[in-house]
Amino acid sequence: MLYSEKVMDHFSNPRNVGEIEDADGVGEIGNAKCGDIMKMYLKIDPETKVITDAKFKTFGCGAAVATSSMATELIKGRSIDDALKLTNDAVVEALDGLPAVKIHCSVLAEQAVRSALSDYYTRQGIDPLPIVGEIKEPEE
Amino acid sequence: MENKRFIYADNSATTRVSDEVLEAMLPYLRENYGNPSSIYKLGRDAQRDVENAREKVARALGADPNEIYFTSCGSESDNWAIKGTAERLAKKGKKHIITSVFEHHAILHTTEYLKRQGFEVTYIPVSEKGLIDPEDVKNAIRDDTAIVSIMYANNEIGTIQPIDEIAKICNEKGVIFHTDAVQAVGHVEIDVHKQGIDMLSLSGHKIHAQKGVGALYVRKGIALPNFIHGGAQERNKRAGTENVPAIVGLGVAIESAVKNIAEKNAIITPRRNRLIDGILKLPYTRLNGDREKRLAGNVNISIEGIEGESLLLMLDMYGICASSGSACTSGSLDPSHVLLSIGLKHEVAHGSLRLSIDETVTDEDVDYILEVIPKVVERLRSMSPVWEKMMKGESYE
Repeated sequence: MLYSEKVMDHFSNPRNVGEIEDADGVGEIGNAKCGDIMKMYLKIDPETKVITDAKFKTFGCGAAVATSSMATELIKGRSIDDALKLTNDAVVEALDGLPAVKIHCSVLAEQAVRSALSDYYTRQGIDPLPIVGEIKEPEE
Repeated sequence: MENKRFIYADNSATTRVSDEVLEAMLPYLRENYGNPSSIYKLGRDAQRDVENAREKVARALGADPNEIYFTSCGSESDNWAIKGTAERLAKKGKKHIITSVFEHHAILHTTEYLKRQGFEVTYIPVSEKGLIDPEDVKNAIRDDTAIVSIMYANNEIGTIQPIDEIAKICNEKGVIFHTDAVQAVGHVEIDVHKQGIDMLSLSGHKIHAQKGVGALYVRKGIALPNFIHGGAQERNKRAGTENVPAIVGLGVAIESAVKNIAEKNAIITPRRNRLIDGILKLPYTRLNGDREKRLAGNVNISIEGIEGESLLLMLDMYGICASSGSACTSGSLDPSHVLLSIGLKHEVAHGSLRLSIDETVTDEDVDYILEVIPKVVERLRSMSPVWEKMMKGESYE
C-alpha cells in the first residue's frame, strides 16, 4: 500500500480533529462493519453562510483519516455553496492521489460533508433533499 | 514522534535472511553459477549442493530426500499438492476435498477453483479458540474423499492444530493428508513419517531463507502429477532450472530453524506472554486464538474502537512493524476470514493486531512495544466516533 506524502502527513498530523459542541450541522457516514465511520461537525455563519469551523472524528484506515482531514481543510472558510461542490476527486487530487482500493474513502469524506450540510438545513427547517441531494451510504 | 527504535514484529509475514544463509548463498550467486543439469564439474557441483540441501530439508522433517521437491514458494506447494491429488484421484471417482474454513488463501482459493471444476469441498469449522476438532474431520470423510488438507498452525492467530490426530484418522480411512506447515516449520517439532503426514508444504522466507523458494514433501508411494512441465528437474516432477542459491539457502535455514526449537521457544514464550498480558490491560481488548496451543511468537489481539490499518501506520511511526486482519490491509471490504471464522464481529475484527516475534525481539523491545501501544490506541480512540459511542453505551452497529 503506497500512500503519498500528503496522505501520510494528513494521517499523522490530522487537521481539525475533534468535535464542535454547538455545531450547526453534524453528519455521520459509514458503518463499523465496513471499517470506516466519519463524523463531521460544521459551524456556519448565519449571515454570510460561510463555514467558519469544521471538525471531524473518524474510525478507519489511514486514507479515511487523511480524506476526512483534507475535506475539512477544503471547506473551512468557504461558503455552503462551495462546500456542496466538493467532490471526492477534489479530495483525492488535494492529497496527491490515493491507491485505487482507497478511493471509496474519498467518497465517504465527500458524503460526510454533505451529510453535515443536510443536517444543517434540517435544523433550519429547510428540506435538504432538493439542495443537498441523497446521501450515499457505502455499500456493505 | 521520532524513530527511537526499529522492532521487527512481523515474522509471520516474512523474516530477515540470516547472515549464515546469506553467506552460504553468495558463492552460488558468484562463482558457482553452474546449471545442475550440466555435465561438467561446475554443473555437477551445483547438482551435488542442491542434493545436499534436499537432504537437509528431509532430515529437518523426518523424511527421505527423495520425498522432497523444491518449489518457488509455499503457495506453489499448496497448489501442487491439492490440484495434483485432486486431478489424479478424480479419475478414480474421488471428487471430494476436505479442508478448513480458516486456511491460507493458497488453499482456499485453490479449493474454490476446484469447486468450479466440479469438485465438492467440505470446510471444517473452527472453535472460538481457533482449533479444529479431529472428530469433525472424521465425520466429513466419505468414500469419495480425495484429500484432507488442514494447516499445521494458523498464520494469523497462531493456533496449532491437532495434526497427529487428524493424520491418524486419515491414515485409518486411507485418505491422503496434506498440511500447510508454512507457519509451523522451525517452531514446532515435526516428524512426517512418525506423524503419518502424507504431504507437507513449507516456505523458505518464513525461516530466514530468501523469498521465492519453498518445498513440498510427498510421502513415498504417493503419485503426484507434474505441476510444471518442461524438463527433468526434481526427478521429472517439476520442470525449471533449479534456483540453486535459494535452495542452498533453504537447506541452511531449515537446518538451523529446527536445531533448537525448544530452547528458542523457551526464550520467546515469556516475552510473548508479557506482550499479551500487557496489551490485554487495555479495556475492550481480547486475545484471539487459544492461549496455550499457539505458536510461541504469536500475539493476536482485537482492540475495539479502532481500525487496524491506522494502528499499523502509527506503530510504524514508532519503528514497530506489525500486521492486522482489518479489511484495509486485506485489500477488500471484508476483514480477515480467520477472525470471522472464530466468531468475531466485523467491527471487532477490523481492530485486530498481530505481532509475531522471534528471539531477536528483546525484553527491552517488549517494554518499548508495551509503552507505545497504549499511547497509540489512546490517540486513535480519542478520534474514533465508534469509541465515543461505546463509551456512551450506544450501539455502533
